[in-house]
Amino acid sequence: MTTTLAPRRRPARQGGPTKGRPASRGGSSVGRPGFVWALPASIFFALFALVPLLAVAVLSFTSWSGLGDPKFVGLKNWEALFEDPVMLQSLWLSLLFIVLGIVTQTPLSILLGVWAAGNQRNRAILSAIYFVPLLLSSAAISVLWRALLDPNFGLPGQMSWLFGDGNVLGTQTGAIAVLIFVGMWQFTPFHTLIYQGAARQIPPVLYQAASIDGAGTVRQFFSITLPQLKNSIITSVILMVVGGLTTFETVLILTNGGPGTGTTITAFHMYQEAFRRFDFGTGSAIALVLVVISTVISFAVVRLSGYDKMRSSLEGL
Amino acid sequence: MKTRPNYLAGIGAFIWLAIVAVPLYVMLSATFQTRAGFGDNGPLSLPTTFTLQNYVDAVTSGFGLYFLNTVIVTVGVVGLVLLLVPPLSYAIVRSQSRAASAIFRLFLLGLAIPAQAVIVPVFYLINTVGLYDNLLGVILPTAAFALPICTIILSGTMRDITPELYEAMAMDGATPARSFLRLVLPLSKGGLSTIAVFSALQAWNGFLFPLILTQSESTRVVTLGLFNFQTQFGINIPGLLAAVTLSMVPVLLVYLFARRALVQGLMGAGGK
Repeated sequence: MTTTLAPRRRPARQGGPTKGRPASRGGSSVGRPGFVWALPASIFFALFALVPLLAVAVLSFTSWSGLGDPKFVGLKNWEALFEDPVMLQSLWLSLLFIVLGIVTQTPLSILLGVWAAGNQRNRAILSAIYFVPLLLSSAAISVLWRALLDPNFGLPGQMSWLFGDGNVLGTQTGAIAVLIFVGMWQFTPFHTLIYQGAARQIPPVLYQAASIDGAGTVRQFFSITLPQLKNSIITSVILMVVGGLTTFETVLILTNGGPGTGTTITAFHMYQEAFRRFDFGTGSAIALVLVVISTVISFAVVRLSGYDKMRSSLEGL
Repeated sequence: MKTRPNYLAGIGAFIWLAIVAVPLYVMLSATFQTRAGFGDNGPLSLPTTFTLQNYVDAVTSGFGLYFLNTVIVTVGVVGLVLLLVPPLSYAIVRSQSRAASAIFRLFLLGLAIPAQAVIVPVFYLINTVGLYDNLLGVILPTAAFALPICTIILSGTMRDITPELYEAMAMDGATPARSFLRLVLPLSKGGLSTIAVFSALQAWNGFLFPLILTQSESTRVVTLGLFNFQTQFGINIPGLLAAVTLSMVPVLLVYLFARRALVQGLMGAGGK
């Protein structure tokens, strides 16, 4: 650690004392780091995230196939995008995936999280098993489920009461159902952890008071537990929205956007336009749509989660 | 207060247990069966054959190399994150300059940028600097996209260091660099291990950057290897699942030996 960090010492010495503002809110400005300490990471981040973000906006007005230089074509990509039925459908599909993801995962992970928050030993053991899907990458999970759902060698052969003729990925409804289910299998443990942690923070005295007043388990859940979990529900749902918007591996590996374009959500459509049709201009335009949607959501994250308040209340301690 | 068992919840918990555990059982049992045995018995049956051949197949079909590549990417990403994030978080928490707080706001916004959104320019950039199909070309953007969450986590940890300690250091004439090395780093060990695990998971499980920025077998990482294995040898399900199982072993080891750090790393910003 110390050796890797050593090079940053020198700029700090030069910049530290001079750049500091006079102490206005208590605390001395002596020995404070200057903002040069933030520069290496900021430049690095700007190079790979912020500059590309501006570049994607510029590229959305160009035609580029990956060879030679991008050519400016004005609004052509955007006009094409508005008339592209697959794009419109992909936005609806993304919305459908997000809504179905929230509807299936939220109630389940709240119930599991609250249940797992109990101190009973059997609950601790089961929670450890629930956790296992989190250890697998999205790619591994998609490959696993593709194998499990193989019409010839997988579960459909032994569970025909559930899978019918076995070709579950062959219909749009089946493919969507599989993606929603796999999303649930993959992400419920994560959201369960959020709720488990939050449920443990609820003061036990609330439950004691409620049970003295004669409230049963169900009543306690709806009158105490759920209201106390409000902030976690907001965080969890926002993470589901952002996650749902950028789902990619699962679609690529499980359905490849199909059957037809039946599961081509926006992020996957972008990949296809850019890296399969080598139409980087249109791909950039779709990417910009993704940025706008996810920025709007992220503003909500910052506002609702209190990150911004945390910064301002502790700034300059 | 005595709690009575909640049977209804217990039943629900066991149904979910089945949904989680049955696929994992099928995965593990398939990897120890011969292909013929697996095909004849069906995935849910108890295995009648035993073999380690699937693991041998997985390793010899290239997964040894893919593992090495993934390890290189992971080490590179964790190294970069640990080099860049601590000074940044230190500046955010302790600096009084407006620039530092503006930078923090920028990183908060950075949370909103999905990797998909900038993949085209990143592809262009990596191509231009000649790092296409080079593991370094995967390491750089992967590390960059781990920065926002790591910065939020580590600044959170550094905020918990009481101002009195900083003032005591300053009173003794310590430079910012000395406070950083002697005070901030030793007291941020929890946050440092969380961001190390978080960025390691990002690198280990990363898919999009390797997919777009590499093409040859010599630079293939594990996640891409699984995808490739599936498209080429999709019918060799036991071999495929052995590769899937191998890909989770390192994460499982971290889970067993550093559970706290792993859970916090997995939760990232969500757990804050």
